Amino acid sequence: MRITCPLCGERDRREFYYQGAAVLLERPAFDASDEAWDGYLHLRDNPAGKTRDLWYHEAGCGAWVVVTRDTVTHAVLDCVLASDVASGARP
Amino acid sequence: MAELFASAPFAALLPLSVGSVELAAVDLGRLTLITPYKDREAALSKALQSAHDVALPAPNRTTGQAGCRVLWFALGQVMLAGPEPDPGLAEHAALVDQSDGWVTATLQGEGAEDVLARLVPVDVRAAIFKRGYTVRTQLQHMSVSITRTGAERFQIMVFRSMAKSFVHDLETAMEGVAARG
Ligand SMILES: [Zn+2]
Repeated sequence: MRITCPLCGERDRREFYYQGAAVLLERPAFDASDEAWDGYLHLRDNPAGKTRDLWYHEAGCGAWVVVTRDTVTHAVLDCVLASDVASGARP
Repeated sequence: MAELFASAPFAALLPLSVGSVELAAVDLGRLTLITPYKDREAALSKALQSAHDVALPAPNRTTGQAGCRVLWFALGQVMLAGPEPDPGLAEHAALVDQSDGWVTATLQGEGAEDVLARLVPVDVRAAIFKRGYTVRTQLQHMSVSITRTGAERFQIMVFRSMAKSFVHDLETAMEGVAARG
């Protein structure tokens, strides 16, 4: 499996640390409902198909990246800086 | 108080020569990790230019030359290798002295690329990885900074605490390449 880091280019998966679903970028507001916080903390989709994960380019540039991949075909479809997603520069 | 003596981590281990490839210790001088403050990259590059005659490098690139080089080191970080940093740089970036944290070796000679190919998961062939290009990656399981400084010459930086493992892995790879002829 290869991941194309926006800074470093195409790299082997072993350089990356896997964190989990990219929902961490959608943290509810401090005063959001219990339901919103419950969903954020505990409820994850388990899609057969496209999914978005947070990975950390630990052995490279040290960037957090959002990787879009397909759990059925194992294709890696996209990789952008998490900071760009958080700032709204990338969807 | 006890008197402390500086020691060279590669002292008993390098230089090392196997076949046509040679591994030698190199002292880069002062190492300053530079982390520009938000939106200050352009101002920092200007300050670097006027103080040290080097620009801020793009990702995976270096500027300057032996004696005063700036290596791209990570997202939002570069390493100034050589001179004492100009105090004016601190206006635009956080400066951290890491001189004692790293050791540096030069791998050179015919087959240096083949030696690295056994140890790193990136392509360092000349057509892809040109002189002045740099990469942060792993050498076996050690975090390293690798820069091509010549046609058959690489500069490799590794954590000081891993000097011995580093030389062991390089030596094994050098012997492997030499054995293939
Ligand atoms: Zn990267």
